[in-house]
Amino acid sequence: MSQADLTMQGHSPVMAEPTFSVPAKKMAMWLFIIADTATFAGCLVAYGFIRNGTPNWPRPFHSITNVALMTLILLTSSLTMLFGVRSAKRGDKSGAFRWTMITAVAGILFAALHIREWMGLIHEGATLLQNPWGTPLFGAAFFSITGLHLLHVTGGVVALIAVGLRYKGGRYHADDLEITGLYWHFVDLVWMFVVPLVYLLNLAH
Amino acid sequence: MTTAEAHKNSGMGKDLVVYLCILALAGIQFVIAYQDISASQMFVRMLIVAIVEAALALLFFMHLWENRGLLWFFVIFTVFVLLAMQYGWTDSFRLSNGVPWAT
Repeated sequence: MSQADLTMQGHSPVMAEPTFSVPAKKMAMWLFIIADTATFAGCLVAYGFIRNGTPNWPRPFHSITNVALMTLILLTSSLTMLFGVRSAKRGDKSGAFRWTMITAVAGILFAALHIREWMGLIHEGATLLQNPWGTPLFGAAFFSITGLHLLHVTGGVVALIAVGLRYKGGRYHADDLEITGLYWHFVDLVWMFVVPLVYLLNLAH
Repeated sequence: MTTAEAHKNSGMGKDLVVYLCILALAGIQFVIAYQDISASQMFVRMLIVAIVEAALALLFFMHLWENRGLLWFFVIFTVFVLLAMQYGWTDSFRLSNGVPWAT
């Protein structure tokens, strides 16, 4: 038995119990999620501050069809992610990989719809610095917040594909898939706040 | 049905129920958007629904329900950060209305 093993055994009551009974990798993801929560909260509170302090804030959205579809896709992708993690925990490798890839495809679909919506707004003259409906702050707030979210979705899709492939190849385990799933659910969770605050409150009546 | 299969089905069933609840809440947000109410009322109602949605996702999709220690850590830290950001609201009201502290 090596000295390292003896040291580990000597500290077993401490070593066996990780912080909050959570493995280190999962704890790191939770800390990232908390930090990212502060980032998005900062953006949304700043947006609320600007919107509240700007008279005649524009309401350019005439239809909810696209955003409703995007919401449905993202929420459903959380469910498929859960199914993937459950399959992985059961040892069903092909099932886990399949559900993870379905989740990634849903993410790509969401991003495509998001870009289509952006292109529509850009076609109407809205950019990061100006828009035809009044205060230029609308474009800045809208594109910044939704852009940050879209960046997270894109990163999530890349992570899902990479982790899914490595899980299938045997290099990653069910826990790694679960941790990636945590990130994906967080992206979904942020969207629950972005939709009402950025889209629905700016719906033209 | 074996115990393992029953456990698996109940787990997936619970996921499906939570998903449908979140979907219904998201639908309620879209209904609120078409209500003939003031922007502030609409904001409050939508925010409450969003918080309930997020709570369901955190507790069941992200499994915080099964880890109370992590749940309290997350809640306390996040609430502290969100409360710390609220000090700016008075200034945004001052910008639009000239109150409070305009004179």
